[in-house]
Amino acid sequence: MSAYVTKSPWVVHYDGSSCNGCDIEVLACLTPMYDVERFGIINCGNPKHADVFLVTGSVNEQNKGIVKQIYEQMPEPKVVVAIGICACSGGIFKDCYNVLGGVDQVIPVDAYVPGCAARPEAIIDAVVKGLGVLQAKREAMLNKVEKVEEVEEVVEDAVEEPAEEVAEEVKSEGGEE
Amino acid sequence: MIVKTVVSIIAYLVLAPLLGGLLAGLERKLSAKMQRRVGPPVLQPFYDVFKLFEKEKMAPTRFQDFYVLVFVVFVIASGVIFFAGGDLLLVIFTLTIATAFLVVAAYSSNSPYAETGAERELLAMMAYEPMVLLTAIGFYMYHGSFNVRDILGSDSMCFLPMIGIFIGWIFILTLKFRKSPFDLSMSHHAHQELVRGLTTEFVGRTMGLIELSHWYENVVLLGFVFLFFANGTAWGWVLGIVVAIVAYFVEVFIDNTFARMKWQFAFKSSWIIAVVLGMVNVFVLYLCF
Repeated sequence: MSAYVTKSPWVVHYDGSSCNGCDIEVLACLTPMYDVERFGIINCGNPKHADVFLVTGSVNEQNKGIVKQIYEQMPEPKVVVAIGICACSGGIFKDCYNVLGGVDQVIPVDAYVPGCAARPEAIIDAVVKGLGVLQAKREAMLNKVEKVEEVEEVVEDAVEEPAEEVAEEVKSEGGEE
Repeated sequence: MIVKTVVSIIAYLVLAPLLGGLLAGLERKLSAKMQRRVGPPVLQPFYDVFKLFEKEKMAPTRFQDFYVLVFVVFVIASGVIFFAGGDLLLVIFTLTIATAFLVVAAYSSNSPYAETGAERELLAMMAYEPMVLLTAIGFYMYHGSFNVRDILGSDSMCFLPMIGIFIGWIFILTLKFRKSPFDLSMSHHAHQELVRGLTTEFVGRTMGLIELSHWYENVVLLGFVFLFFANGTAWGWVLGIVVAIVAYFVEVFIDNTFARMKWQFAFKSSWIIAVVLGMVNVFVLYLCF
């Protein structure tokens, strides 16, 4: 069964140090021309409600904390999409003294959209690719929960069994005496 | 009698979220059409809520989720009282307590966005509460009873004698539904100056519960619209249901055609409406009935 998160991926958009070219293309996706809301995608502007983190522009010393914080405020399952060549690798600003490079220098990135500026079609394609990752992460979450339960059971068994064995041993020892 | 009450309570508990979610889906479709977009599927609000229930749990304080739970319980309780044919005043005060707990939940997060949203929600409550009370008083003046059961059982329609109160109720529905121009405390649409206002700090399951209780709440509020037309006959029921649904889409239309107003305007306009339309209408009812 596909997770519902793939049917309603809410997006939060952060402009690292973009020239606004990619930002305008991100917003173009929301216009009637491309209308991403038909896939249930909403630009919610709140990391706590978001499933997809869109970052434009490179990461530098000033904004690396902010990017990290937004990422940490998003509840799992979540994906990160780096939009534009600056967000992918730092682009033409890569060698600047203050630029750390792409977004993946700070947080794990799931999809890259190269381009200067990235096309709206490419951005939508990346978000849809990100849905596959969301699905995988949701399944991983479910498996993890099951695994934790399994582990707990195993631990409980492991704790109980020796206790009984010890008790029996004590009894048998007592009987011998 | 008891069987009938139990059946209507169960019907409310099961059908209200379905109806509320469906209305929310149609609302988004209509908004999209007004903006020449295709829009999301009609079932999108259900996908959204199911998704919210799939998300990781996260809360700034452990008390927040408790307050939200109280909000949900009181919202559902107010609907139960309404559909069991209970007292209108009790319905209104239960809804008020529910909203108060939502405000407390938002305050408990200590987030500046949620706190400002909570303050604005309190202002909105202050703005719509007089008209809500006048509506209940109007029903009492006309039917001689606050009980929904008696109002439904009456043989005359109170719509025309209470036309002023009806218009006033439709006016404050915009505040109650948190639609533009009065979506002060939280907006259903993206990007506003308060992030998501009141609901900024509610994550995953908590947010899903809030959406769900909004659907319950909307059905109760539309139930009030229905009461204006109930006269014990089948066509009164049909007319009431049709007008209630039309009223919802009028609110959506207003939502899409207005920008947000400041709270001062929301406060002044709804009190003026309450005094001019509500009080005068109650006075007329006092003279005539």
